[in-house]
Amino acid sequence: MKQELDFSTSGETLTLNVSGDFVSYDNEELKSRLYATAEDNNIQCISVDAQKLGQWDSTFAVIIFELKKIALKHRKTFKTLNFPQNLERLINLAFSVDRKPAQPETSSGNFFEKIGAWGINLWSSVDKGLNFIKKSGSSFFRSVTGRSFMRSIDLSFAFEDCTYKALPIVSLISFMVGLILAFVGAVQLKTFGAQIYVASLVTIGMTRIMGAIMTGIIMAGRTGASYAATIGTMQVNEEVDALKTMGVNPIDFLVSPRMIALVVTMPLLTMWSDFMGMLGGGFVGVTMLGIPFQKYWELSIDAISLDNFLVGIFHGLVFGIVIAICGCYYGIFCGRNADSVGSATTKAVVSAIVWMIVMTGIITVCCEVLGI
Amino acid sequence: MSTEVQIEAKNLTIGYGDYVLIKDMNFTINKGDIFIIMGGSGCGKSSLLRVMTGLVAPLKGNIFVDGTNFTSASAATKDKIMQKNGILYQSGALFSSMTLAENIAMPLQLYTKYSASQIKELVSLKLALVGLTGFEDYYPSEISGGMKKRAGLARALALDPETVYFDEPSAGLDPVSSKLLDDLILEINHSLGTTIVIVTHELSSIFAVGNNSIFLDGASKSILARGNPRDLLQNPPNDTIFEFLTRGEGKNAQKTK
Repeated sequence: MKQELDFSTSGETLTLNVSGDFVSYDNEELKSRLYATAEDNNIQCISVDAQKLGQWDSTFAVIIFELKKIALKHRKTFKTLNFPQNLERLINLAFSVDRKPAQPETSSGNFFEKIGAWGINLWSSVDKGLNFIKKSGSSFFRSVTGRSFMRSIDLSFAFEDCTYKALPIVSLISFMVGLILAFVGAVQLKTFGAQIYVASLVTIGMTRIMGAIMTGIIMAGRTGASYAATIGTMQVNEEVDALKTMGVNPIDFLVSPRMIALVVTMPLLTMWSDFMGMLGGGFVGVTMLGIPFQKYWELSIDAISLDNFLVGIFHGLVFGIVIAICGCYYGIFCGRNADSVGSATTKAVVSAIVWMIVMTGIITVCCEVLGI
Repeated sequence: MSTEVQIEAKNLTIGYGDYVLIKDMNFTINKGDIFIIMGGSGCGKSSLLRVMTGLVAPLKGNIFVDGTNFTSASAATKDKIMQKNGILYQSGALFSSMTLAENIAMPLQLYTKYSASQIKELVSLKLALVGLTGFEDYYPSEISGGMKKRAGLARALALDPETVYFDEPSAGLDPVSSKLLDDLILEINHSLGTTIVIVTHELSSIFAVGNNSIFLDGASKSILARGNPRDLLQNPPNDTIFEFLTRGEGKNAQKTK
């Protein structure tokens, strides 16, 4: 049956006669004219006659809904004639619950108020961060002295994640970094016949800083992200709340095993990364520069100084703490929806890398001052 | 209530891998029915719902929707049938990164060619139907559990579905919110003629809204009873049904009488 939306005005009354099937009705232009007429100040009564209405769906119900809204808004009379019972019920249902969303408390929103609110927010996040570091530190010492509740299986899983599972990617990336360092160095050193120093360049670069930085970046992206996602999901599933209500300190239970694992394994992984970087350099030395491997290795060993080695290991230790704190912090303070977990994971990785670079700067300055 | 069959299960066996939950089920759901799938915890109610909505395949047997074999249908036919379904999950399953309006608009944007203004109007109508006018710009995390369910129902109703499936609609709701949701289900059923399939073990909801039902039994892996829940309470076919429908107080209730 052909659909017809016929409306006319007579005095103060708008009469709408509908006939035919209204399924997937989408004559926007006609609807707009109908609504505009209904909103006219001269119209005081809107009357809809549905005697010849055939089939209908939401696209028709929405026209009646909008007309009734206009009538209520402008205090006009709304009349329905010959409406099918189910349509009448549906429209009544749409207007039956008058629940309004809570209004936010009004604020003047002036410039100084905004600056003040920003300052308060900034201070509260700094305070929250410092508080978390303090709590994590004390929990770490309680855990290593066996005075906190932590399951040994969780500690094992945390170690598993930072040891043999991380080795392949750390090995590959460190080997490639050593290779690139050697290649770039060789190109330059070759120009004045000093290519033999490639071994020293790679060894000093890797042991002093590059090994630790590369391991740190890999572990931030791999383990730090995993910490934030795991703990964040626990937050979403209310598991963290469950721990609290059971009287278990979530920092002891969730943060400490992860921090212990990273603090112990990061220096070891850094050492491994140094070794793999030197091997990568050796590959370039042997294949590109024609230096016998044994000779290259002897030169590399000679270039290792205890100071550089220990500074690199110290970097690894500090990075371990940074990655664990960033990963766990964003996990613990994650929101309660799926989006927040993604956001927490991103923030954990980005902030861990930023803080690692900041810590590298601080350690470098300290080493300079101490003459190391 | 119509006698036209909308959904029919024939020799349906559901389960996971080698583990059979319910075997050789046969039942029909008529157009406009409010059909309750009830049974004890873990008997396979939600698994049956997942099979009926096409999320998992049955181990054996077929489901026919409007005479079309849904189980063995091609992907395109399945998609068409699934577009005629609305599903309200236990938690509402609203997309947390979208506002309520965006959640409800999504199926309309995906499956219709309506203009943005028409979609906006329809979203407004659907939210009004579930009593959430004015909440268009709210995110799921900003509303209560009961409101999430109602918003989930608004999304389920977006495409004027022929059948709406509910998975434990009363779970986690206070009695008043639960009653409001039951009333809403009845109103939707009466005004739109929508067939409703509800998985629940909430007795108050079962008696308030159901006009047809099956009772799944995990022990015998079969349908133990079928019919109007109120009739089953009046004339229980066996003790298990009677115990279930009287919250395990059947014998005590009889003694008191």
